[in-house]
Amino acid sequence: MTYIAKPRLHHPTLQRNQVGYTRRDYEGAISTLCAGCGHDSISAAIVQACFELDIEPHRVAKLSGIGCSSKTPDYFLGNSHGFNSVHGRMPSVLTGANLANRELLYLGVSGDGDSASIGMGQFAHVMRRGVNMVYIVENNGVYGLTKGQFSATADAGSKSKRGVVNMDAPIDMVSIALQLGATYVGRSFSGDKAQLVPLIKGAIEHGGAAFIDVISPCVAFNNHPGSTKSYDYVREHNEAVNRIDFIETRAEITTGYAPGAVVDVQQHDGTWLRLRKIHDDYDATDRIAAMNYIARHQARGEVVTGLLFVDPEPHDLHAHLNTVATPFNALGEADLCPGAAALEALNRSMR
Amino acid sequence: MNAPNKPETMRPASHTRPLAAVNDFVVKFANVNGSGSASANELFAKAILRMGVPVSPRNIFPSNIQGLPTWYEVRVSEKGWLGRRGGVDMMVAMNPQTWDRDLKEIEPGGYLFYDSSKFVPHEKLRDDVNVIGMPLTEICNATYADSRERQLMKNILYLGALSVLLGIDAAAIEQLFGEQYKGKERLLDSNVKALHLGRDYANECLEPVGLRIERRDAVGDRIFMEGNSAAALGAVYGGATVCAWYPITPSSSVAEAFARWCQKFRTDKATGQAKHAIVQAEDELASIGMVVGAGWNGARAFTATSGPGVSLMTEFIGLAYFAEIPVTIVNVQRGGPSTGMPTRTQQADILACAYASHGDTKHVLLFPEDPTECFEHTAAALDLADRLQTPVFVMTDLDIGMNTRLCRPMKWDDSRRYDRGKVMTAAELEAGRDFGRYLDVDGDGIPFRTYPGTHPRRGAYFTRGTTRNAYAKYSEAGPDYVYNMERLLKKFDTAKALVPQPVVRKSPRRTQLGAIYFGSTSPAMDEALEVLEEHGENLDTMRVRAFPFPDSVREFIEAHDAVFVVEQNRDAQFKTLLVNELQVDPQRLVSVLHYDGTPITARFIIGRITAAVSGTRGGAIGARRRGGALGGE
Repeated sequence: MTYIAKPRLHHPTLQRNQVGYTRRDYEGAISTLCAGCGHDSISAAIVQACFELDIEPHRVAKLSGIGCSSKTPDYFLGNSHGFNSVHGRMPSVLTGANLANRELLYLGVSGDGDSASIGMGQFAHVMRRGVNMVYIVENNGVYGLTKGQFSATADAGSKSKRGVVNMDAPIDMVSIALQLGATYVGRSFSGDKAQLVPLIKGAIEHGGAAFIDVISPCVAFNNHPGSTKSYDYVREHNEAVNRIDFIETRAEITTGYAPGAVVDVQQHDGTWLRLRKIHDDYDATDRIAAMNYIARHQARGEVVTGLLFVDPEPHDLHAHLNTVATPFNALGEADLCPGAAALEALNRSMR
Repeated sequence: MNAPNKPETMRPASHTRPLAAVNDFVVKFANVNGSGSASANELFAKAILRMGVPVSPRNIFPSNIQGLPTWYEVRVSEKGWLGRRGGVDMMVAMNPQTWDRDLKEIEPGGYLFYDSSKFVPHEKLRDDVNVIGMPLTEICNATYADSRERQLMKNILYLGALSVLLGIDAAAIEQLFGEQYKGKERLLDSNVKALHLGRDYANECLEPVGLRIERRDAVGDRIFMEGNSAAALGAVYGGATVCAWYPITPSSSVAEAFARWCQKFRTDKATGQAKHAIVQAEDELASIGMVVGAGWNGARAFTATSGPGVSLMTEFIGLAYFAEIPVTIVNVQRGGPSTGMPTRTQQADILACAYASHGDTKHVLLFPEDPTECFEHTAAALDLADRLQTPVFVMTDLDIGMNTRLCRPMKWDDSRRYDRGKVMTAAELEAGRDFGRYLDVDGDGIPFRTYPGTHPRRGAYFTRGTTRNAYAKYSEAGPDYVYNMERLLKKFDTAKALVPQPVVRKSPRRTQLGAIYFGSTSPAMDEALEVLEEHGENLDTMRVRAFPFPDSVREFIEAHDAVFVVEQNRDAQFKTLLVNELQVDPQRLVSVLHYDGTPITARFIIGRITAAVSGTRGGAIGARRRGGALGGE
């Protein structure tokens, strides 16, 4: 049994958010991942982001594929429906779910094997369709559940635990998401909660295809010298382009920072992303410049993190299809069935 | 018109009596793909229908856009036989590439209609066939300046000539033109002119032939429709809101028709907003994944595909079976295996669909016989999928899907309500009703589900393809697994009473022989039975309309000494399914198998059944009647 329910003891002084939930209400079952796994930190960041944004847990649908990362939706948001689907195919399931009810928040959780290898096609197409979702890849460069094979995001030249050197070119999920039209693209590190939580909050409020690549070291199979996805390597090579403050107020905000150091981006729902620039030459609203910057810096072995691109006015699949506001799963016969008279008229036209 | 080096315009067959028939013959058009012949040929069929005489046209086309041979075969049958008859009484040979084989197909005493603009040497003709030459190219070149028009009008010209030869009313064709070119007066005018150009030539230069259309009232209120279009309309009526698909012959026109019907019926007139979503996915894995996601989230969703698509979908089909998610799949079958014969028909995905995916799985299959049933079964499949929380296949095929078929008018009862199955509501959860996602509360094997987002604190569960207990918690415990697998079997048993039941026809005379058939075999079977009865061979028949097989199927088999199982594949897949699922004696079942890619014919069925029952020729049934063991085919 790898399922262990958490005891539901609520301390009476636990803080409640505006919708009446404590942080514990956003948790799930006890994680069965290895102690120190980066994925658990990401689960904690999701819990914190949802709690702080006052999201009702049952209004979230969490979907995943197969692998260590895809098991994590069981470990957060226990009051949300979850769907652990088939390997590499979470994006299509999420797309269908999103079409059925546009009112929920769709959170896709996947791994580098799930999204960059077997699921590369579906990853690409869900981005280009602009499905309104938060898509998080928990990226450790390795297959954990099958014990340490390289994944497609492993850097060329990086070494496996057994000493094998990867010769294949790596797939950079962030660059691909940018190229395919994702409207919110970020990268973070599971060990940097201060960066990750606001990045997730911004993605939740985004309203289009939001993608976050989170480097999440595998303590069991990919945390050794020679790996480029280890805690030490990422800490040493992390090049954050900005720090994000996520501001929920829908009103105009005034900045106390010197011009140039701060960029305020208002998303379509009125929330603000305040980007404190670390690199002056980085513009997170310029897709092509972002792709250039990332390519240049990655060539030097740096891991570029932060909010890498945001389109404040995204379109989503429902907008492309011009669908009605009512969720499809709430439409009944009166909306959907043309009825007997219309059928009789059709019969007449086919004689 | 006759130049000295051309064969005469009309040359009767020598030593062979010209075929003569009224309202009972086969005309086949041999054309080049992309030459614009399709719409003229369809007009030909429809005009006969407007004269009250049943027709069944069939497209025989290549996997190609332009330049390859294509045929359109029209069977005219006052008696209403809609299956392929086999043989051709008049060949309209417009394609030099296929001249030799087209010529061979003509019945002795039959007719060859061809474009005599170019010289055809005598040895390229048949002495026992009546030759009708018409210089179509010459006339078109003399009449039209534009090269495309020269090509297109050739088709209308031969339509005009044939209408005179066979006695088709010009008025019926003109009326069809009027409907087709409503508001396009210039096109209407030029087509009518071309029609009469053809008619005038035929009246002046050609002799009447022995094949005649005479006005009757044998069509009744039947409609003329393609199965794929009907299935798509069934999806609209059945309440499907999500269609995810990937183009594949012969199923693409299901999704395309769904788009057209939705444009008509599902688009808000004021806002232009859609009460449906159609996504052309990147592949079949994604299309079925989207259907699974939408079904999980409470929307009715379907995909349409063909054999290779089903192969790609099988992992997801297993997930939907095990995680119990409603899914509707319209499988327009084509010739397999592999890419097989993409533009030919077969019923060869029976086993692949019945047991799709790894592990122990069984799936609900529906077998529509014609476009009307494509409509009915697709709407029913959406109800069944919700009721049973499982994948449901509508097993149509190219013959039904891509040909216009004369069939019963479609009906809908406005008091009919969608069966959304067992869905626990927020109010029930709030009232404290116990929710176990995989708990058999009613003894029918069907558990309750909840839609995501229903209740703030109750009813959420984790859907997975891994094993779990009745409350959807991960479990690898043997008893939990066995409980679930047994419940799934019970649910499949429950399905027997919910699916469309078999249609039985008792022979007028008592008989120990039976026949089981399904799907597109119907018209050929109906005809074969009547002919067999005329020859004193009586059979009780059962048309099976769904899997799982209701108990009546086993009872039918056990009530007969021998039962023919007629199907359109090599390996007797339906028979295998019968034997496997019903534990009937395989020796009772005698296969009649047709699988060359063309639709099965009455002639074929009659031949096989007659051979099997004929004692003198050592047929299987005959041998049994003589006391020997009955061997299957």
